[in-house]
Amino acid sequence: MSELRDLYQEVVLDHAKRPRNFGSIAAASHRALGHNPLCGDKLTVTLSIADHKIADARFEGAGCAISMASASLMTEAIRGKSEAEVRAMFEQFHAGLTATNEVAAVSALAELDKLAVFGGVREFPVRVKCATLPWHTLVAALDHVPEPVKTE
Amino acid sequence: MTAIQPITSPRTLDVARIRQDFPILSRHVRGKRLVFLDSAASAQKPRTVMDAERDICETGYANVHRGVYSLSQRATDEFESVREKARQLLNARETREIVFVRGATEAINLVAQSFGRASLSAGDEVLISHMEHHSNIVPWQMLREQNGVVLRVAPIDDAGELDLAAFERLIGPRTKLIAVTHVANALGTVVPVEKVVRLAKEHGIPVLIDGCQAVPHQAVDVQALDCDFYVFSGHKLYGPTGIGVLYGKAQLLRAMPPWQGGGDMIRSVTFERTEYNELPWKFEAGTPHIIGAIGLGAAIDYVRSIGYDAIGAHETALLAYALRELSQINSVRIIGHPRHRSGVISFALGEVHPHDIGTILDQDGICVRAGHHCAQPTMDRFGVAATVRASFGIYNDRDDVDALVAGLRTVQEMFRL
Repeated sequence: MSELRDLYQEVVLDHAKRPRNFGSIAAASHRALGHNPLCGDKLTVTLSIADHKIADARFEGAGCAISMASASLMTEAIRGKSEAEVRAMFEQFHAGLTATNEVAAVSALAELDKLAVFGGVREFPVRVKCATLPWHTLVAALDHVPEPVKTE
Repeated sequence: MTAIQPITSPRTLDVARIRQDFPILSRHVRGKRLVFLDSAASAQKPRTVMDAERDICETGYANVHRGVYSLSQRATDEFESVREKARQLLNARETREIVFVRGATEAINLVAQSFGRASLSAGDEVLISHMEHHSNIVPWQMLREQNGVVLRVAPIDDAGELDLAAFERLIGPRTKLIAVTHVANALGTVVPVEKVVRLAKEHGIPVLIDGCQAVPHQAVDVQALDCDFYVFSGHKLYGPTGIGVLYGKAQLLRAMPPWQGGGDMIRSVTFERTEYNELPWKFEAGTPHIIGAIGLGAAIDYVRSIGYDAIGAHETALLAYALRELSQINSVRIIGHPRHRSGVISFALGEVHPHDIGTILDQDGICVRAGHHCAQPTMDRFGVAATVRASFGIYNDRDDVDALVAGLRTVQEMFRL
């Protein structure tokens, strides 16, 4: 039960139920579609980048609580950040969810503020892709990848 | 090998004793009893199946149909004796009508590529239902790419039943094959295949039945059914993976070209000309899954020793109990309400994603399938991307259902439903 509570923390459940920045930016400068064929999770990330900073980020789609909450919290966390900063955040986020060493995982997530609520995902390896799908989609948007991206 | 005591009366099916035949069921997950509710994906194996596989390796293994030495003869005899067991299981007329394949998927691909490519041409129609597993959809789409056949899909209603009137209307002069499931894997619907075959026969159309989800639960008589092809996978019948059966009427199989070439399927080979082997070996190119086939033989023995009457009585009662208990959870929505259901209950719980439910249940040692069950068109029909599917086998009991219900209450609590 405690591992489950770590996975489904209140913040996660709240964002899953009432996702922030849900929708799409009509005049987006960047857009990508993410799809997890295994579970059917699908989401579109749209960005508006001005002066090399993310001015607005939105997502829409459907999926499990982990992927919806991750997308919601991601759109909040990346606002105002530079492209390079966002890519670095994803690296840290990914490391925090997949590191075999717990100390490394905790320290990777420590600098990501609210995103640290996903630390519990590490105990559920099959769910890591749920949390990282929005981020893969975000990077695809930044890279202008035209076809839908999948998780690793 | 462990001896199997026949159980004579359906009422005496002793689940506690059956559970002892399955070593994995004594395992614990995080200190909790393993609750295995995913037999429709793949069933657990009784000890006799493992023993049979080990026994052939330790005492009688060699390649089949080749050696003059006695070991090879023994392996061949054991391997071929499974063909007879499969014949009896399906009540086929002859053993040469039983072709060993990797599983139902390969069996359907074989029919599509052999019968389909040889006998169907552009504009000919293959009629399937809306609740087929992908393995009874994609092979026909591949055939469509190859020779331009048309795929027709008979609708199902909101209860998850085949719409027989619509099905009949879809039968036309170009319908050359009907391929339907016996039991729908995502819904549990038992399709009235007798009626389907009767309708088909009125028009002289051959019928393929996907029996994957039927054979573990009910007796099948292909002669009484009068179907032309019947397929099933060993691993859903408590046997090994990688082995399954294609039943085909001898007359049809004889007229069909081989679909793979190689050893075992030939009688003589020169660079100019090859003469193919007779049935059923014409369709069994290469060294077969000898060990798997012998394991399948043990699985068939196991199921027949318990008897379909006893299995049916037990599973019907357990399904009724599970349906009653699940429908008492206010946020549970059961997908499909067929009049005749077998083995499977698919459901949604509020708006909670099935993968979240699967993860939470797993913490209590409960194994369910969460996803589209390789039946995406069925999911689309009911407007869901995925469902939770609990499926039942001979070893499940009320404790398993109670654990599932308790696990779903945990989900409700966590998601405040």
